[in-house]
Amino acid sequence: MTQEQKINVVRAGGNGSVGNGQKLKISVMRFNPSDPASVPYMQTYELEQADGMTLFIALNEIREKLDPSLQFDFVCRAGICGSCAMVINGRPGLACRTLTKNVGPEITLAPLPVFELIGDLSVNTGKWMRAMSERLETWVHLKQAEIDLSRIEERMDPELAEKIYELDRCIECGCCVSACGTARMRADFIGAVGINKIARFRLDPRDTRTDADFYEVIGDDSGVFGCMTLLGCHDVCPKDLPLQTQIAFVRRKMVAEGMK
Amino acid sequence: MKVTYTDVLVIGGGLAGLRLAIAAKRRGHDAIILSLVPAKRSHSKAAQGGMQASLGNVIKGQGDNEDVHFEDTVRGSDWGADQDVVRMFVNTAPKAVRELAAWGVPWSRVRKGDRQVVINSQKVTITERDEAHGLVAQRDFGGTKKWRTCYVADGTGHAMLQAVGDQAIAASIPVHERTEALALIHEGGRCYGAVVRDLITGELSAYVAKATAIATGGAGRIYRVTTNAVICEGIGTAIALETGIATIGNMEAVQFHPTGIFPAGILVTEGCRGDGGLLKDVDGHRFMPDYEPEKKELASRDVVSRRMEEHIKKGKGVQSRFGEHIWLDITLLGEHHIKHNLREVYEICHYFLGVDPTKDLIPVRPAQHYTMGGVRTKPTGESPTLKGLFAAGEAACWDMHGFNRLGGNSVAETVVAGMIVGEFIADFCDDPANDISIPTGVLRDFVVREQAKLQGLLVGPGTEDASAIKARMQEIMTAKVGIFRTGKDLEAAVDELQKLLVRSRNIGLKSRAPGVNPELVTAYRVQKMLKLALCVAYGALVRTESRGAHFREDYPRRNDAEWLKRTLATWQGDATLPTLAYEALDVKRMELPPGWRGYGAKDYVDHPDTAARQAEVEAVKQKVSDRFELQRTLLPFEHLLPERLRGRNERIDEPLAQQPGRRTA
Repeated sequence: MTQEQKINVVRAGGNGSVGNGQKLKISVMRFNPSDPASVPYMQTYELEQADGMTLFIALNEIREKLDPSLQFDFVCRAGICGSCAMVINGRPGLACRTLTKNVGPEITLAPLPVFELIGDLSVNTGKWMRAMSERLETWVHLKQAEIDLSRIEERMDPELAEKIYELDRCIECGCCVSACGTARMRADFIGAVGINKIARFRLDPRDTRTDADFYEVIGDDSGVFGCMTLLGCHDVCPKDLPLQTQIAFVRRKMVAEGMK
Repeated sequence: MKVTYTDVLVIGGGLAGLRLAIAAKRRGHDAIILSLVPAKRSHSKAAQGGMQASLGNVIKGQGDNEDVHFEDTVRGSDWGADQDVVRMFVNTAPKAVRELAAWGVPWSRVRKGDRQVVINSQKVTITERDEAHGLVAQRDFGGTKKWRTCYVADGTGHAMLQAVGDQAIAASIPVHERTEALALIHEGGRCYGAVVRDLITGELSAYVAKATAIATGGAGRIYRVTTNAVICEGIGTAIALETGIATIGNMEAVQFHPTGIFPAGILVTEGCRGDGGLLKDVDGHRFMPDYEPEKKELASRDVVSRRMEEHIKKGKGVQSRFGEHIWLDITLLGEHHIKHNLREVYEICHYFLGVDPTKDLIPVRPAQHYTMGGVRTKPTGESPTLKGLFAAGEAACWDMHGFNRLGGNSVAETVVAGMIVGEFIADFCDDPANDISIPTGVLRDFVVREQAKLQGLLVGPGTEDASAIKARMQEIMTAKVGIFRTGKDLEAAVDELQKLLVRSRNIGLKSRAPGVNPELVTAYRVQKMLKLALCVAYGALVRTESRGAHFREDYPRRNDAEWLKRTLATWQGDATLPTLAYEALDVKRMELPPGWRGYGAKDYVDHPDTAARQAEVEAVKQKVSDRFELQRTLLPFEHLLPERLRGRNERIDEPLAQQPGRRTA
């Protein structure tokens, strides 16, 4: 889907355009797992739509004026850090760049599934992503331990650099994992985020690993062969990463490796 | 009481913190990083346009080298920078880019042959050299003589943070995510670590380390309108200030970025103007050449921001329901360029403004962007007054930016300072003289003290609303301690901020839940942020001159005779104002003595030593033609660098002899 189509899907999920001053009803799934007495429930807050209002602005207004205990995560509030992914009207997305007028006037918010819940809308994506990085070794495995920092850098084809950056744009927000059928069924599935990382390092001539090495980490059902090609990941990726083609490509390469 | 022991405690998981932890770890010292958020979500990520390093690969960067970068940085700083530190920085920046290139950062690369670029609103064809093909490319940025800014499209900080973050994982450096240092543990002028709050459970514990490093970034959130992420509240700087021993330098030096989107304040990169974008007024007139004929849109940020506000004051701003703004026009760059090299800008405009920047103009207005001040350190990164405390990156004032930072120099500083300070921290930990033994009773006292403060907020009799105090502080800072400052406004600001500080000691919470308690976090942070806000406002009130980003309408001239000095703030106990002291900069040692910056006001008061030093420098220049020898004669600095970071940088036009260069892991 193109960016434009994705926005239309989000809009369709909402109730159409909301005018200024109109009431927004924001229903949030509340639950505090660290409190033994807490049980999950939906809580609805009402506030007024304002020009340019995003869910970042709306949730902060709720916390400052209506309910200081509400938990959520924002960092950059500009769509680049990946902190604020949540389920917005049933669809994973970045809250900071979601305009309330596009998804209101009735908005339902829930935490991302799959990840450990910290409380309300806050989930521990950081812990999950670190474990994924450790497992897949998502760093360039250098040819030599020593780099001569005084010398001119190694050359790289300009187009290849662009292609690597295209895959490197992943912000580890977790939307793809929460939209993934396999990830909902098996806790050890590496998700589109992990497969995309492998695609990124496969492409990078600075990384000495071969397909045999990559097969070791993703050549089974917890890796690329676990994908059922439902491709919810591709539809919800806020950075429009080409996950569909990358998963298919990596799977083909890993099949070839497995047949060896 | 839980105590965690390590060699190096790094507070802050952005680029500076990660890079210095890697340096220490590679030298055999354990490191733990504390981070409010997952490291890869740090604000380093928001650096879009690029990182300055004088590689000189592109044709418009030909002839660039450390000397040109040095002069640009010092002029940019309005001579507030420490020139030794600037020299250390410009010499290490190319090494940092090259290290990151090896670590996997997909730097945009030079393509040989003709390409069309926009310079001064004209389409121009330039030809890249064959021998540059495939090397790291550079773009133009404000306040620079050469195209020097290395970039990854407009996601430079993102790509750097991915690579460095992953290297930290590769080095098995633990990042304790969602933790916050509330106080530094120190005794007898020696720092021993920090009292740390787990932001999930709410528990306090002590972290003990031989060396403690603050790399918590800036304090932009003391302002209402800022490009900074919501975590940039300056808490690391504040806990250093609260020791009463560590000093905080130049807090009044606050940068406003010309192009925050209006009204949200989200940044769109300087690369927009570097690549040829223009600033236009209500009439569609490109006004910057009227004010700054030499550098136009690409004067330094302090100058461009002031010119924009000046133009708005003349009635030339664009009216909107939120107030007035200026237009940023990048349509002339073309759709392909915008969607490839400025794609984050494209997304931001699309999602937050509903604007297509390939066709439409972008509403912008200057917004708080960068904290030049911070924890005062020596060139090694160590506090001169509190042993064992280090700082690096935006949180530090070692002081390479003086009163105005150049675009592209901060994300460069993060990794460069990480490399340099990381080595010095490793040296520090190697030295048996720096071994520590600290009684657990001391740790307990610090933890108990912090616990008592939190209890006071949770169950005390206070009645003040933490969010309301914070909002008022932010409003005062934006309204009265902004781009144009006057004694009258600053006095009013200092007065009200002091009252807010007193009120903040009487905060009561509505939500008294233990564990995750966002209101409690706001409450204890706002008490600290107010101290920083007072350092900014009071420092600005006392500094009766204009320098770099600090502009006093009632004292519009830079006054080297009286104010060529660095502000040092300390905070004592329950005071409501910082104690200010000043540290003079030594003109007689300057490689580049004070003068006109090449843009902005030409009117300034000379320091009595300037003329003599200028003559001395000229005389040396007459005698010595080799640039390296000249530099060594004027300001020897190489001995200040860690040994493994010394040595020249190779360029296409400056090949190195075939002897092996300095190597690092």
